[in-house]
Amino acid sequence: MPEAATSRNAPPPAREEQFNDLEQQTEAAHLGMWLFLSTEILFFGGLFGAYTIYRVSYPAAFAAASKDLLMWAGAADTAILLVSSFAMAMAVHAAQTDARRALTVFLLLAAGIGGLFLCLHGYEYYKDFAEHHIPGPSFRYEGGKAPANQVQLFFLLYFLMTGLHSLHVTIGIVILTVLAVQSWRGKFSREYYNPVEIAGLYWHFVDIVWVFLFPLLYLIARR
Amino acid sequence: MSTQIPSASDLAETDFGPPPAKNYLNEETTIRSWLLTTDHKRIGLLYLFTILIFFAIASFAAAMMRLELLTPAGDLVLSQTYNKLFTIHGVLMVWFFLIPSIPTVLGNFLIPLMIGARDLAFPKLNLASWYIFITAGAFTLYAVFAGGVETGWTFYTPLSTKYTNTHVFAMAMGVFISGFSSILTGLNFIVTIHKMRAPGMKWMRLPLFCWSLYATSIIMVLATPVLAVVTMLLAIERLWGVGIFDPALGGDPVLFQHLFWFYSHPAVYIMILPGFGVISELITCFSRKRIFGYEFIAFASMAIAILGFVVWGHHMFLSSQSVYSGMVFSFLSFVIAVPSAIKVFNWTATLYKGSITFETPMLYALGFIGLFTIGGMTGLFVAALATDVHLHDTYFVVAHFHYIMVGGMVLAFMGGLHYWWPKITGRRYPEPLGQLAALVTFIGFNLTFFPQFILGYLGMPRRYHAYPPEWQVWNVLSTAGASILAVGYMMPLGYLIWSLKKGKRAGENPWEATGLEWQTTSPPPKHNFDVTPIVTEEPYAYPLAASDEHLKAEKGRRALEHA
Repeated sequence: MPEAATSRNAPPPAREEQFNDLEQQTEAAHLGMWLFLSTEILFFGGLFGAYTIYRVSYPAAFAAASKDLLMWAGAADTAILLVSSFAMAMAVHAAQTDARRALTVFLLLAAGIGGLFLCLHGYEYYKDFAEHHIPGPSFRYEGGKAPANQVQLFFLLYFLMTGLHSLHVTIGIVILTVLAVQSWRGKFSREYYNPVEIAGLYWHFVDIVWVFLFPLLYLIARR
Repeated sequence: MSTQIPSASDLAETDFGPPPAKNYLNEETTIRSWLLTTDHKRIGLLYLFTILIFFAIASFAAAMMRLELLTPAGDLVLSQTYNKLFTIHGVLMVWFFLIPSIPTVLGNFLIPLMIGARDLAFPKLNLASWYIFITAGAFTLYAVFAGGVETGWTFYTPLSTKYTNTHVFAMAMGVFISGFSSILTGLNFIVTIHKMRAPGMKWMRLPLFCWSLYATSIIMVLATPVLAVVTMLLAIERLWGVGIFDPALGGDPVLFQHLFWFYSHPAVYIMILPGFGVISELITCFSRKRIFGYEFIAFASMAIAILGFVVWGHHMFLSSQSVYSGMVFSFLSFVIAVPSAIKVFNWTATLYKGSITFETPMLYALGFIGLFTIGGMTGLFVAALATDVHLHDTYFVVAHFHYIMVGGMVLAFMGGLHYWWPKITGRRYPEPLGQLAALVTFIGFNLTFFPQFILGYLGMPRRYHAYPPEWQVWNVLSTAGASILAVGYMMPLGYLIWSLKKGKRAGENPWEATGLEWQTTSPPPKHNFDVTPIVTEEPYAYPLAASDEHLKAEKGRRALEHA
């Protein structure tokens, strides 16, 4: 009998009708998330491919353009996301140990630090906007160290890659906030915390993408 | 003496009793219950209905093209209209018919039934993917009816980004969105096949249809995101002229081709692997014989899926790609012919000494083997570097891929639809009409596309609405064939709809086929099986396989007696 689930205040975990048991449901959700992440890798991979081609073609322009990014902000972005990932790992740990209050706090912490990342990155975008670095008709580049067209290609890839990444961060923040509310209402227990775990996979993936973006975009000219 | 095994055609004459009182079709009947269903069987039917609409529009565009080509002069439509017609035909047929065809209709319907599950792993995601598909279709149809696109289905830059003033953006967004539907379907299938199999359904007991869709799903999950990236870049370049594909601004138009074909060549295998799966089921059932080389067919699907990722460069032999990468891509394209040939040999070997009957699905399957072989072999002509210089962008290429896409996938889809129609609807279609339609389709198809091989060899280029008069006779043959092909498509549309009300009751297993889907009622109940089935034997234990065993046992006994 499921006394483990009913002995606590938490409601018995939800098994969807197509599954035989909760274990099957958990395994399916995990595999689904890993497959989704593999799709994501190829999604970013297309852009990384384009980046590689143009960086090899125009190394000088890419190095010059990279210097115009705010290195301190990129480094801070990296640190912020790593801390957020740590909070997420702690949230999963809290779920495993049935610490529901800690789970809620860590989920909110991970989401909040993600929000901090978006603010800082928004500031960087603002600076780029003020300097006319948004690709398109209003693009200007007055550095003179490299042809403006080639610098524009760098900024195009910079905006696409970081923009897509920020979109993922935003979606992640929404997911984590929803999970925090559910956790506060007592939906999760040691027996059932699957959504927390697969959201964690997603969140760590988003951080790892940034770990690649930071050196590729900000550190080209600095060795 | 053993009892006489009833042949499939005997069974076709039998009218079985009424279907079970409650099944997935009559459990709920409101429109709402269909639009909000999470039942994989109903979602399969939603997809069937949707893709047939797209198929009709795309076929109409093809009919207009064939009419234009009846005479050498460009007298029916303007050249720009002609460009729009082949773009509509290509985009709708590729992304809104062929790619979803077998996976989303038969795959959705059959995978849970075949592996003994109650549904796919993520039923809500399955419904979501249909709505995403509908949204994508809305964008694409908007582009079609607002004035069309003239770039061809490949959207090559810089034509698509700089020079055309047609609705490229809306069409590209339609393609972009349809990709997400495809990704979610593939993801759902992989998880379902991994995690939802009934007890005893080991990997080597998995029906070959499931194996082929597993391979297809891998391509859907891993290739489609690159299509999303390339259509996104295309849209950005078109809207803001940022230069990523514009050589004047330092961009590279060939990069577009690389990214596009990195998806679109594997997509060719999305458009044929599911057909392989259907044919494997049909051939073994109507030969009443265990499939030959089960493992080889299963692993050939996987080999095609993996190798399919490394051959895209053969579309760019003449697009400034280096000769050396051309050689590598040419070699790899030859390599991928091997697993395809393995399948053809295995099907042929299955037929050998089988007890073959020629019901409608089998006629489609036999047509498939022949036409796919021609399509595959001519693929090697265009995969060879030197001959491709002559054949590139001619009607030879058009004929080659239509032998795969229509002669292969469409015939497989029709064969599969007929084969599982009794399971889907609980009713039989009229067998003689079905056989006639299969024959008409086969004749019409060959008359349409075989002349195009000759035209291509003679040098007639694709995508022109006028041509020199000496090629008229082949074009007239092709157009005549297209009208016969149209009859071949219309007939099933008529009698399948007729059979919904008037067809004979099918019973659980009208073909005496193996496979879990035949062990439940027709139509199946909402959750497929009243009791979860337990699998104890190989997937294709047909009578002749059993008698093989019997023969072996008999031989062993005699050997013992002699000893």
